[in-house]
Order: sequence, then C-alpha cells, then structure tokens
Amino acid sequence: MEPTARETDGRSSAAAGGEPGDAPPAAIRLEDVRRGFRSAGRTVQALAGITANALRGQVTGLVGPDGAGKTTLMRLIAGLLRPDSGRIEALGFDVARDPLDVQARLGYMPQRFGLYEDLTVRENLDLYADLQGVMPERRAPRYADLMHMTGLGPFTARMAGRLSGGMKQKLGLACTLLNPPQLLLLDEPTVGVDPVSRRELWQIIEHLMRETDTAVLFSTAYLDEAERCDQVWLLHEGQLLGSGAPSDFSAEMAGRSFYAVATGGRRALQARLAQTAGVIDAVIQGGHVRVVMAAGAPPEAKMLPDFPDLVLTPTAPRFEDSFVARLGGGRHEAVAAGSRAHSEAGAPALASGDRAAAAGPVITVRQVTRRFGDFTAVDNVSFEVRRGEIFGLLGANGAGKTTTFRMLCGLLPPTQGALEVAGFDLRTAAAIARRRIGYMSQRFSLYGDLTVRQNLNFFSSVYRLTGAHQRARLAWAGEEFALGPMLEAKAGELPLGFKQRLALACALMHDPAILFLDEPTSGVDPLARREFWRRINALAGRGVTVLVTTHFLEEAEYCDRLLIMAQGRVLNEGTPDAIKAAARRPDRPDPTMEEAFIAAIEAAAVPEAA
Amino acid sequence: MSPALRRLAGLMRKEFLQIVRDPSALAIAFVLPAVLLLVFGYGVSLDAREVPLALVVQSPDALTDSFTGRFAQSPYFRPSSFRSIQGAQRALAARQVQGIVWLQSDFTRRVERGAGARIGVIVDGVDANTARIIEGYVQQVWAGWLRMRAEERGEAPRMVLDPEARMRFNPQVRSRDYLVPGLIAVIMTLTGALLTALVIAREWERGTMEALMVTRVTVREILLAKLIPYFLLGMGGMAASVLMAVLLFGVPLRGSVLVLAGCAALFMLAALGMGLLISSLTRNQFAAGQVAIVATFLPAFILSGFVFDIRSMPVPIQALTHLIAARYFVSILQSVFLAGNIRSVIVPNALALAVMAAVFLGLAAARARKRLD
Repeated sequence: MEPTARETDGRSSAAAGGEPGDAPPAAIRLEDVRRGFRSAGRTVQALAGITANALRGQVTGLVGPDGAGKTTLMRLIAGLLRPDSGRIEALGFDVARDPLDVQARLGYMPQRFGLYEDLTVRENLDLYADLQGVMPERRAPRYADLMHMTGLGPFTARMAGRLSGGMKQKLGLACTLLNPPQLLLLDEPTVGVDPVSRRELWQIIEHLMRETDTAVLFSTAYLDEAERCDQVWLLHEGQLLGSGAPSDFSAEMAGRSFYAVATGGRRALQARLAQTAGVIDAVIQGGHVRVVMAAGAPPEAKMLPDFPDLVLTPTAPRFEDSFVARLGGGRHEAVAAGSRAHSEAGAPALASGDRAAAAGPVITVRQVTRRFGDFTAVDNVSFEVRRGEIFGLLGANGAGKTTTFRMLCGLLPPTQGALEVAGFDLRTAAAIARRRIGYMSQRFSLYGDLTVRQNLNFFSSVYRLTGAHQRARLAWAGEEFALGPMLEAKAGELPLGFKQRLALACALMHDPAILFLDEPTSGVDPLARREFWRRINALAGRGVTVLVTTHFLEEAEYCDRLLIMAQGRVLNEGTPDAIKAAARRPDRPDPTMEEAFIAAIEAAAVPEAA
Repeated sequence: MSPALRRLAGLMRKEFLQIVRDPSALAIAFVLPAVLLLVFGYGVSLDAREVPLALVVQSPDALTDSFTGRFAQSPYFRPSSFRSIQGAQRALAARQVQGIVWLQSDFTRRVERGAGARIGVIVDGVDANTARIIEGYVQQVWAGWLRMRAEERGEAPRMVLDPEARMRFNPQVRSRDYLVPGLIAVIMTLTGALLTALVIAREWERGTMEALMVTRVTVREILLAKLIPYFLLGMGGMAASVLMAVLLFGVPLRGSVLVLAGCAALFMLAALGMGLLISSLTRNQFAAGQVAIVATFLPAFILSGFVFDIRSMPVPIQALTHLIAARYFVSILQSVFLAGNIRSVIVPNALALAVMAAVFLGLAAARARKRLD
C-alpha cells in the first residue's frame, strides 16, 4: 500500500516534525480518558486511560480491531457519552461541560450513518442542511459541490434506501459536510464498503483536507488505511498502543520484512516459518510467504534445514507489521504453540493440500443465471472448485456474490444453469448437499444468550448429531478450539477471538466436506486473523474445500484461486499472483491486491454506481 | 426564520414525508381505526334483538293472546308457541330458544281477580349478559301489558312500583351508540402512544437518532418534531372516526364539536406523552410496541369503561382506572355524543386529562437527554 495521503500535501510532514511555535492548534485533547461499561455484573473497561492529541488540518486515524474501543472514544468526543474520569477537550471546549458548543461545530458520522431510507438523497440533504443551519441561499452551490465530489449528482431523486452501500456512505459523508465542520468524526466509514467506494471515500476526504483545515478523526479496522492518515492512534483493547505518523510506525520495522519462497508449497513453508525462533510473523501472500523478523534476530534464523532453497527477498514494511510486533510477545508464543500442536496432526496432509489440484471438482457452477424480475443478479457464471482448495469470490457491493452464495447453499434456485455441490445437483438434492456444507459468517451467527456449550450442543443437534457421536464432536470442538475454559460463558460476552473460534467450531460440528466463509475475518485483530487462517489452511490441507466471499482484500491473499465478479458477471479468474500480474503497468510494477481488484473492475468499464 | 425554527421545520417535514411514504404509520392512524369501528359497529353488539323465545300457554284465551301478542310486536323477540313446558325446555336445552315465558293455567283467573298475576320466565344463563338483557326485556313487555290493561279499564295500575325502565340518553338502547364513541378513545391511544413509541425506537434502531444528537438540534426540538406531526395525525384519525361514527353508524352527536375537539386534543397530548415516555425506556421497536400495547392500549380497552362498566369492577381495580387517561376521555365522549355538553361531566374529566398530559409530557421531557448512556 502506497501512502497516498501524505503525497498530496506537505502539511503532515511539518506536523509530524513538530516544529516548535509553528504547530497547528490541537483539535482534540484527551487526558487520561477512562470509560467502562457494566455488563452482566462485571465492568468491561472500554477505554483504559487514553492520552492523545489530534491536530487541525490533519487526518488522525483511530486504528484498531473490533472491540478496541474506537466507537466509545468517538462517542465520548461527540459528547454522546461521559467519561468515567479524565478530560476531553474538542475545539477548545470541555466536551463534558459544553457538549452543544462542540456539537455546533462538529460533523459526526456514526457507524450506521443516520440516513433516512425513505427520504430521497435531496431530502436527506435538506434535512441536514436545516439541522446544521445552512442558509437557503447557500445551499444550491454547496449541494452542487458535494454532489460533484461524491458522484451522487444523477441520484438526487432516488430514495436513500435504494442506494448501494458505498453510495450511502458517501451521502452520509456529504450530509456531515453541508456546513463545513471544524472537526469531523468518522466512525468506520469504510467498513462493509467495497474497495472502489472505499477509495472514493478517501478521495473525498483528501479533497476536503486540501480546501479546509478541518481536523478529521477517522476510525477503521483496516490497518492498511492507517498509511493514508497523517497521524495514527493505534488502539487495542482500550489501550493506546502507540501514536504518531504512520511512517514512524513502519520506520521501526525497516529491514525486517521479507518475501519467502521455497519448493515444498507455501502452506508448509508458512507453517514452518511461523514456529521459527526470531520470526514474529509469517503470512501467506499470493505465491509466497511474507515474513517479519524480530528486532535483532540473528541471520541464521533465516536458514531452515528442511527448506534448503529458501529465498528471502526484502520488502517494504507495512503498518500491520508494527501492530503485530507491538502485540507480539507472549500472545504470539501462544499462537505459535497452538500452531505447532496442530501441524503435528495435520502435517502429512498439509503437503497434499497444495497438490489437491489433481482431484476432481467439489463445487461446479455451470452457466448459472439468476434473475429477479427484470434484474439479472447473476449472469452466466461458471466456475469449479477442487477438493482442498481455498477459493475466493470477490466483488463490489451488488456484484452478485451473495446471490451466487445463496444458490450454492441451495437457498435460491438458479433461473438457468446447473450447480453441483459435493456431487449433488442442488435442484434435486439441495437438502442432502446442505448437510455437507458448513457455514460461517463475519456476523458469527451465534446465540449470544446461550453459553458456549449450549451453542455447540444446539448446532450439533441441528446437524443431527446424536449420542456418542455428538459427545465425541463436542469434546473435539472443546479441545481443538481451546474453548475449554470458556464452556460456561455466554457466547455474547466472549472476547472477539473466542467468538470467532466458537463460530468456526459450530460450523464444523458435522465435519463438513465444504466450508463456506462470508467475510470471516473482517475487523478482527491481525493475530486472531492469522490464527483463523492457520486453522483454515489446516482444514484445506486435510481436504476440506473452502469457499470465501469477501471484499476485504486481505482475505483474498489467503486463497488459492480467486474469482472477481461485477454486475453479475465474471471479470477475472486465477491465482492471486496471476490477478495481480494482470494489473501490472509500468507505473505500477508491483500492484497490491486492492489495486488489481480496482483495475479489473475499471477495465470492465463498470460505472461506479453499481 | 431563526435557526431553531428551521431545525424544527426540517425535522417535521422529514416526519411528514416518512408518514406519507411509510404505509404502516398511515395504516395505524386510519385503516386500523376503520377496521376497529367496523368490527365494533357491526360485529359486536351488546343488544339482544330477535331473541328466539318460547311461549308456553297452558290454557289459551283472549287474555293470554293479548299478552303474547306484545311479544310478537316487540323487535327484541321472535316468539314461537309451545304446547307444554317440557317441549319448551327441550328447545331451550337444544339452544333453539334462549328463553321461555310460561303462562300457567291459572293465569287468566289470577289476572281477572287482580291478585298477584304471575308469569314464569326461564332464561338460558350461559351468556349472563344476554340473559340479563332478555330478563329485562321480558319485564318491560310484562309491565307494558299491565299498564295497557289498566288504562283500558280506566284504573291506575295496581303495581306498587312502576317497573318501566326509562332509557334516557340512548332511548333505543343501541349498544353501538355508546361503543363507537368509547372506541374513539381506544383508537387515539393507539395512534398516540403506539405510533410515537415505535417511530422513536425506529430512529434508534436505524442509527438516525445518534446522527441527530450530534447536530445543534436540542432535545426539546426533537421531541416537538415528533409531537406535532403525530398530534395532527392522531387528530386526523380522530376526525375520521367521528365522521364514521356519525355518518355510517348514525350515532347522535348531541354536544358541541368544539368541546369534543378540545377534549380530544388534551387526550391526544396525554397519549403522545405516554408514547414519548415509553420511547425513553426502550430503544427497540419490538419492545416499544409490546410495552405500548400492554401499558396503554389494553388498559384503554379494558379499564376505561368503554365496554366494561367501571362501577361493576372490584374496588381496587376501580381505583386503578383513575390512572388510565382513556377512562376520563371515554366519559367525555359518551357524554358529548349521547347527552350533550354536560359541564359536570366534561370539566372534571378534562381537567384530569390536562393533568395527565402535563405529567406524561413533563416526565418524557425530563428523561430525554442528548446522550447515549
């Protein structure tokens, strides 16, 4: 990811340099801010003493995984919550004492922005113009500006509820900008938004930063977005892990990141590297393994006797590397230990995972079309997924991913074409085919009021497991996913990482041949995501076929093959490396997955208002 | 226009657009009242009409004929003659008739002697309400016949007590005439409390409330912007219900429309206040709907005196009805529709409504805060 935000203006470098006397005034000042929430008799500390400053004319990234405390901090600054202790100053006002003074100068976009879905784009703008006291005579030019900036001009008469996810976010942003705010709080505006719309949102913000000296606080769970900010607050479990310019974060990682290649398969190599001393991070990225070494790791750490032809090529550090390094330590040891225990059982199968190409297809989609009235959601799509393969289905919002997914689950019949899952035709044997499928979504379809044990019991019963077999699977799930200590805790109160493990365990209770994953790790902290994909890799190594739908491109890197869809049609299919290679241009010799994805969509000349 | 007024106008315009575009709000305000009125106006009747009645006359003659003839003329009865009391009882058991009037063989002799004429009356008591009504009607017929005979002979009836029931205010004893006005109170509770509680919970659920809170808008403006549109909507539903009551069901409107409108406005404010208060307790549409129905709609239905007479309730329950705003409004409605502007009924009840409206709105305003915790 190239740091685009900092290329566009020079202000940030001055701010980061902190030239005395010339520093822009602080827009937000946090002094030891604490806030807890009572839940089921115990207090959860959402924010445990945050001290930080955000400056005018800068984009401050509030970066951290789900549950880090980002939304709580945003609400505290907006005056919607009161801190338990500490002091919050915004634009020179004490927020706890004068919330209205702050709110009069504030633009705030909550996670689900408050658009009125049964009002048109224009009516939403009118409402927020009234609320923000924009004089009628100033509206026409302001609307024109914002519609131009967001590309929503042609849609002013459309109901907000009928806009795509990305367009809704852009409209939400436009509504907060009607009366240019001095402080703009954006709570995860890019979550659930496809990469194309994500890029457009950032362009709007960059445009805003060129024209005003607004202070922007931008929260995100996508670590790659940190690199677009002038300053980053890195939040994890209510603690500020670090703050500073993104370059400061990556600078400390200089010379420690490598791409590793060796014969023997990338999954085996990744598993081996993950348990090598001196390696703090090893993740699959396309055809190679991306490795981050510990500071001062001895050079011999880079030698592996079982991979004699191992080649390490240095690469630029990412923001995520420093996050993993900061979190590292004990927790990483635990993950590595788990990985070791696991690879013993899975080791012989791991290698065969990469050889699975020889096996026949487990999922076959032949010329499938699905129409809803006049609207063609899926248009003549064909693909095959082989046994033990991890196959990714990528696309912007409205590309037809969900419809394809539902047809594969047998929940929706195709208008034309044939679908086969595990050898069963979904038109005639959907129920039998479904029994071979495990499903897990980002939303973790768990019952929050039931305990871990009750959830496992329930899901195993749903999959018709009984008696000794059911008990055996319950014991397996408890051990395999290390859920033992949490068996009697309510699922809704589990930490996110546990929740994710439980959701996966529930999806695997009936030992399915095929696993469907719907954005399984979006918003999850990088260590939990690594652990999750380690398990998925191991499953694939044992012959489980995995189908992933996502527009979180980090996840795409873990796939063996990808299919990019737009407007119901297949744009591109191939390995992550092949898809990235197809987007290679002289000015972009090493495109990221995101750049490749956007290039594929743009090459198909799809209008952004999909 | 001042910024505050413009904010209020903007919010209200939004609210009206939502009402117009979301069929559920209009359905609750207009379709539901119409359905309830039709069901209660046509379907539910507390009157007994054309009750099948068995007449057993053991020794028929001119006198008994003149008495049984009164039943044939009455709109309340559909009499049929039986030879024996046993036959009539079988018909009663088979539910072919709902009551038996039995003139024993000494009937004529006793009447002519003028000493203690008697009729036997047996009523199917399964439905206690209908049974009591039939009993009353039979007594009316009996008393009427006795009076007629007395007048024919030019003598004063020798009854110690004149059993003629004088039905004042509702001379035809049409239950529809008092059910329909009472129903208007129930309907307005629904539009006022349920709709308001639901639409505010909807703003929480969709995340729009959080966005509103972080503008310069004040809590008072948010509440007013909900109050005014739903007040107008509720009064619209009320007007439609009154029109339907008068034009379709022919319920008389004896009092003044102005008094009716004024009291309805007070009641509407109380109902809206309850809705706003509920919305400050829960931010979930499902829960808000449940609470609104249990806390406002059901009490208005059961404890307002609209169907069930408050005076026949146990004393503690009677005390409880004083907390139900609909109770006061039902009294006003029944008075304005059936009796006219009775000051002694309207003034105290209207005052009670004003107090309740002030309390609920005050509580709602005090509880509303521009914060999430």
